Amino acid sequence: MFRNVAELVALAEKDSIKIAEVMIRQEVEVSGRSREEVIAQMDHHLAVMERAVERGLEGVVSRSGLTGGDAVRMQRYIEGGRFLSGETILDAVSKAMATNEVNAAMGVICATPTAGAAGVVPGTLFAVKEKLRPTRMEMIEFLFTAGAFGYIVANNASISGAAGGCQAEVGSAAGMAAAALVELAGGTPAQAAEAMAIALKNMLGLVCDPVAGLVEVPCVKRNAMGAANAMIAADMALAGIKSRIPCDEVIEAMYRIGAAMPVALKETAQGGLAATPTGRAIAARIFGASAASK
Amino acid sequence: MKYKSVFDIIGPVMVGPSSSHTAGAVRIGLVARKLFGRKPTWARISFYGSFAETYRGHGTDVAIVAGLLGFDTFDERLPNALEIAQAEGVDVTFSAEEAIPHHPNTARLRIGDDEGELELVGISIGGGKIEIVELNGFALKLSGHHPALLIMHNDRYGTIGAVASVLAKQKINIGHMEVSRKEKGKEALMAIEVDQPLTDDLIQELEQLPNIIQVAKLAD
Repeated sequence: MFRNVAELVALAEKDSIKIAEVMIRQEVEVSGRSREEVIAQMDHHLAVMERAVERGLEGVVSRSGLTGGDAVRMQRYIEGGRFLSGETILDAVSKAMATNEVNAAMGVICATPTAGAAGVVPGTLFAVKEKLRPTRMEMIEFLFTAGAFGYIVANNASISGAAGGCQAEVGSAAGMAAAALVELAGGTPAQAAEAMAIALKNMLGLVCDPVAGLVEVPCVKRNAMGAANAMIAADMALAGIKSRIPCDEVIEAMYRIGAAMPVALKETAQGGLAATPTGRAIAARIFGASAASK
Repeated sequence: MKYKSVFDIIGPVMVGPSSSHTAGAVRIGLVARKLFGRKPTWARISFYGSFAETYRGHGTDVAIVAGLLGFDTFDERLPNALEIAQAEGVDVTFSAEEAIPHHPNTARLRIGDDEGELELVGISIGGGKIEIVELNGFALKLSGHHPALLIMHNDRYGTIGAVASVLAKQKINIGHMEVSRKEKGKEALMAIEVDQPLTDDLIQELEQLPNIIQVAKLAD
């Protein structure tokens, strides 16, 4: 059993195995299920993620009408070829939004680690698919690697916006994705941990302030930026750049920041963007004036 | 460790938008359905706290009814649950309550048909995890960190022992157990937390035991 990132990396290095393999072995041990069953379940979750992105790229609209269509808009922009950043990173942004738009429209998604942050991990995976040409098993391993880092955050800090703000949701997801990207690209376990640290460091302090309490504004665009953050953090780690603050201490810092964050900024729709004039007007339109005044 | 499985992190597979306000709500409805044992013909659903404030936007209302219809968190019929309930003759009403609940995401369900009624209070604690805190007037104190069984049964000698024997035979260890009853010899409730996963076969075996009325499982 690993309890923190240092132990996870040490376990992988000791046996010269991937972080994904450490997570698979632990899951088999803890669940009492066979290796085949555990891998088959992750394969199923991967298939759910694929379908969600496909559906989002066909175009969806939420019940409130607040979100939908931006994933498609970004794909058209990429096809135009006149983008400023890069095709792979914008594809990750588009596919992250696709998943969250489907989530907002009451479609089927796989929470990673939560429903509100479900876009980042699949968005980055499907964006690098064309460049890295992973096998099905390597894509499944990507999810186990992401899961291993998320498991540490969930047990040592939080993955809940109500407990830790958006840094705990999209921040955790960005760190998980960055680490998994590094391993998929052939980086070492230590580099995966550096990528997680770099991604999460840049999400620290991010509040959870959903307009009208809905998992839509700004959640869809926060997933877009979480995906972009993960891609850059992975590239930085693969370039040999290290985080001066070790990954476990970044996670600890995230926990402390979450605990110090005011309740109004932790998924209560009382502060931040939710409390702006436009945010309140949207809430009033959806729920009636009484709910918006609270 | 609060989270034991990688599938707590890469999962659950669910209909959006919120693991707590949608997936958790489905699971509360589903526990009520399993304990009632059949489709109810009516349901009175009261929301408290954050559920009362935002249930329409998150589809919490739709999600609870989906659970009552027996749909799981990933069932694609979920968004149409209210229409399906109406078509199937289930009369559903909702109310948003002013009372301040102990937990922000609380729902009270009263469901029934010509033959009986059931009342249950559920809370959604995050990431799709739920706890049932009250059942037919019995207060429950489950940690929510382990798989659990809720067993409505007749208050007769040997019933508790029979349930424990079935669990022992399957090498399932009981970590915490509560037994309560309204009156001697009448309806009683066992709430049992265990350390190992609970299979559907096990639930069926428990349902076959004498004096067992209904069995429902709560996954951790």
